[in-house]
Amino acid sequence: MKTFKTTFDTYNWDETLQSIFSKTAADVVRALGNSKRDLEDFKALISPAARPYLEQMAQLSQMLTQKRFGNTMQMYAPMYLSNECQNICTYCGFSMTNKIPRRTLTDAEILKEVAFLKQKGYDHILLVTGEANKTVGIDYIKNALQLIRSHFSNITIEVQPLDKEDYELLIENGLYAVLVYQETYHRDEYKKHHPKGKKSNFDYRLDTPDRLGKAGIHKIGLGALFGLEDWRADSFFTALHLKYLQKTYWKTKYSISFPRLRPHSGGLEPKVEMTDPDLVQLICAFRLLDEDVELSMSTRESEVFRNNIVHLGITSISAESKTNPGGYAVEPESLEQFEISDERSTEEIATMLKSQGIEVVWKDWANNWQ
Amino acid sequence: MENKQKIKQKARPKGTHKQKIRMLQIADKEFNSRLFTGTGKFASSKLMKEALLASESELITVALKRVDVQDDQDDILRHLTHDRINLLPNTSGVRTAKEAVFAAELSREALETNWIKLEIHPDPKYLLPDPIETLKAAEELVKLGFVVMPYIHADPVLCKRLEEVGVQCVMPLGAPIGSNKGIKTQEFLEIIIDQTNVPVIVDAGIGAPSHAAFAMELGADAVLVNTAIAVSQNPIAMAKAFKLAVEAGRMAYEAKLAPVVYKKAAASSPLTSFLN
Repeated sequence: MKTFKTTFDTYNWDETLQSIFSKTAADVVRALGNSKRDLEDFKALISPAARPYLEQMAQLSQMLTQKRFGNTMQMYAPMYLSNECQNICTYCGFSMTNKIPRRTLTDAEILKEVAFLKQKGYDHILLVTGEANKTVGIDYIKNALQLIRSHFSNITIEVQPLDKEDYELLIENGLYAVLVYQETYHRDEYKKHHPKGKKSNFDYRLDTPDRLGKAGIHKIGLGALFGLEDWRADSFFTALHLKYLQKTYWKTKYSISFPRLRPHSGGLEPKVEMTDPDLVQLICAFRLLDEDVELSMSTRESEVFRNNIVHLGITSISAESKTNPGGYAVEPESLEQFEISDERSTEEIATMLKSQGIEVVWKDWANNWQ
Repeated sequence: MENKQKIKQKARPKGTHKQKIRMLQIADKEFNSRLFTGTGKFASSKLMKEALLASESELITVALKRVDVQDDQDDILRHLTHDRINLLPNTSGVRTAKEAVFAAELSREALETNWIKLEIHPDPKYLLPDPIETLKAAEELVKLGFVVMPYIHADPVLCKRLEEVGVQCVMPLGAPIGSNKGIKTQEFLEIIIDQTNVPVIVDAGIGAPSHAAFAMELGADAVLVNTAIAVSQNPIAMAKAFKLAVEAGRMAYEAKLAPVVYKKAAASSPLTSFLN
């Protein structure tokens, strides 16, 4: 059966990179002037040739975002359920070989974390686990959904890739969205960073959004982990993935995230650096490519960066995040997956947004209609 | 067209010089204002309320997914308590008739209104309405006693089918929702306005007061505007501008536009000279 892999396999990493780097100022100007932009325009907009046009890109991105999403920002909070993991990922604090205390939240502990986040105002939640099928397999995730379904209007998960039937089961139990980042679309580099565990299967991960689409999920979140490989090529493939999925699974909504490697207890240095202007350029390029895609920003980024990026295309944002299971209320001092950068409280972020003329949206879904 | 049953005319006060536009009736409600509005995309609930009051709109749609209907202190809902404002809950976010009916029933129970703006757009990108699911849901909701206002394509046949199942109005789009592109479906809207026996409310794509006035001049019974007001630099002033435009357009429609005159007169009459 045809999946994204069929499309992806017709592309070559080096040629793609070369094509991006060969874009000229004329290509950028054409891309800016087009009312509908294609993937060649996207290449031009993420190319070095577009850097002198960053301000124009930002202004267009702001205008398009306002038109589609208004002066609003969706708030969400991640909730880590477990740090048990049988994968080796060179960049991740939860990697199997890291000697850290492992914890998987019990029902009572989950509800304690829920109470903390509810009292902060959150109504959209992102559940995160590592990949450990015996302890945090499909049954555990299903149970967690059943536990929290009545507390949150909108539930997203970021867990190991699953089969279509598993996703169908979770959707029945209140699941709205799944985030599954390819990390890098560079096959060989992917292998290097994921030498062991189920995650080492590049193709299974690559076709996860197809399985989600077939299962009828409401939203799929895509992204690459910037720092593993060239961000421009990885972003092109993310965009290619997005366009393929939109045409194939037209009832599904999509979001893009922009994680950059952060310090963690494993300590991998980025191979390819992505600077702040690079990230701004990329966010604007995605908005110019697609007026409707949701663009998400986590607490990985700094205060100053987040204060300014909220006007340039981002549509959802987290605050006060803890990246350790039980980090909010159960065991705040345990070891995190990665260090967050913007440590301001939820209230401070909400105030910052309001002071910039942005309405904070807590609830934008109802999960009791299905 | 003025003889249609759909517009119940209120007796106009005799001898008044001030031209009043006719009131619009949908189900058991009469509206002075033919500008319907929405609650999305505003920079704050306070600004939303000020703009909506400035618009003098009497029917304001609110997405059920955005509010907590169980919470009477919900930030959007508590800003919409005003004598003039009638709430029109909408089902944005549902993908099937079944979900729409369920959402409508929850809404009726919690918000104590049987009015429902039926929006079924399984396509989350352009938010284009699914005609098949919409017709199915409309039929069922009418049976359940709802005042059904369906958001649809500018599809004249679908409008007739919806009318047959008993909807109280139709809400065809002018252009994709939120696009601000104006009345791109003019040819089809004109057919709908011509042959539909329930009020026609142009629901999406209106980006400027001139678009709204144009829709009203075509004979639309009302327009629904949200993005163009909410995302304007000055939503309050823009709300007023839309109010005036809708009134102007309606007044022009009722006054009957002068025909477009064919000016080119021929000196000789090669085709009809044989008559002489």
